[in-house]
Amino acid sequence: MTGELLGIIQLTVLVALAATLVMLPPGVALAWWLARSRSPLTSIVETLVTLPLVLPPVATGYLLLRLLGRRGLLGGLIERIGIDVIFTWRALVIAMVVMGLPLVVRAARAGFEQGTRRFEQMAETLGAGPLRVFFTISLPLARRSVLAGALLGFSRALGEFGASIVVAGSIPGETRTLSLAMYGFLETGRDGDAMRLVAVSLVIALAAVWLSNRLVREGA
Amino acid sequence: MVMPMRVVDEQHDDPVRLAQRRRTCQITPMRSRPLWALLLAAGLTAACSTGSCDIAVGVDQSAQPKGGQLRVSAAVSLTDALTPIARKWEAAGNIHVELNFAASNVLARQILEGAPVDVFISADEKQMNRLVESGAAARADVLPLLTNQLVVVTPAGRPVSGTLPSALADDAVKRIAIGDPQGVPAGVYTKAWLERADLWRQVEPKIVPSNSVRAALAAVDSANADAGVVYKTDAKGHAGVKVAYEVPLADAPPIVYPVAVIAKSTHPDLARRFVAYLQTAPARTVFADAGFIAPDTANAR
Repeated sequence: MTGELLGIIQLTVLVALAATLVMLPPGVALAWWLARSRSPLTSIVETLVTLPLVLPPVATGYLLLRLLGRRGLLGGLIERIGIDVIFTWRALVIAMVVMGLPLVVRAARAGFEQGTRRFEQMAETLGAGPLRVFFTISLPLARRSVLAGALLGFSRALGEFGASIVVAGSIPGETRTLSLAMYGFLETGRDGDAMRLVAVSLVIALAAVWLSNRLVREGA
Repeated sequence: MVMPMRVVDEQHDDPVRLAQRRRTCQITPMRSRPLWALLLAAGLTAACSTGSCDIAVGVDQSAQPKGGQLRVSAAVSLTDALTPIARKWEAAGNIHVELNFAASNVLARQILEGAPVDVFISADEKQMNRLVESGAAARADVLPLLTNQLVVVTPAGRPVSGTLPSALADDAVKRIAIGDPQGVPAGVYTKAWLERADLWRQVEPKIVPSNSVRAALAAVDSANADAGVVYKTDAKGHAGVKVAYEVPLADAPPIVYPVAVIAKSTHPDLARRFVAYLQTAPARTVFADAGFIAPDTANAR
């Protein structure tokens, strides 16, 4: 395995980890809100969050480009702040977060809906505030679902292609992840290197499936 | 409530309604709208591309006899010139030409993997040679069709300060979009030029390698890249970019577009006729208008 390939794997895992850490807090908060709130807004929010799961990833990438690009809706604002987003690792993280968030929300929401409401109400009657209830009752009881969601989101981030290639390009050493590199190698006739990355992906995928199955089995 | 019935009955529907349906499926360019409107529009586009809107298109295509077409895979930089030429050829009573545009390295790979292609027009000799070496095209069938020139483009209204091409190395230029120098011909030419100009080392970390020369053009057009290197023909008539520098022909490697009939073509005679047509006066006029240079005039320079 050459340094180039190791660099690609390292970059992919690091950026996907960062994306998972970024998507977890809003994902868990949204899941909890969707599971508990009776607001009529829930169905709208749920639809919007789930959309990237259904929309072609390239379409999601294109919308992000129209939003974050220099000539996009927020482009002027981003430039005034003085950070570059498109064609940098930041765009890669954003794409991965948007694509992975629905998986975190759906998995975590299922956890919050597992009939733990009773324990929360007990804690409330004993005088615990909403935050304390969440962190001492709701979250610990739903931890397996949240973990499974995190794992799903991480796996999605690892394999993200369609949105990434649009907003982050495929810049060696900066945004060229496993999927983007595999495709690039195929296009430029480096089949051997593409195959090596396929092998690495297989190992990661097997590990992720095994781990998530274990989580689900022990959770049941 | 009435709509589902209408959809089922679309083909017998009156023309006005059909036209309306078609119009509603065309998404207008996105302006500053709330995000949810953008998302909704994108959803509609996706639904259109797979849903009922294709019915009207499908009718047009079924008019063509099955298998009665010539498949031409051509470098993406030829899109704007080759499309009208193919339509002219068809208008003269010839077989339908199905055009497949992509970066030449992508097309060469498709052909090597057995894609049904009759004619291949590459943007560099290297990709054509891949086919010749593997027997997918005969050496004797390859002939140079066109030549082209590299230009540096910048987003309209965002000029690069300083003298080009050396200004590409300045810190103000953060991202430079070019074809992937590992295979896309425009990128291979650009790298060779920048190496000769002794700029490649400074410029390389800023490169955004694109899938094709048109993808590089799009990155400059959206201003997400500060500059790009594309063919003169790509930039021509493109309002979103400005040609900031024309690379002198002598400074870069010669850019040659070879054409060949693919050995496994199912219509080799028709394919040869199409290649011959590409060299007739009507076709040459279109190529010249698009900014391509005929190889004989390029040699005479």
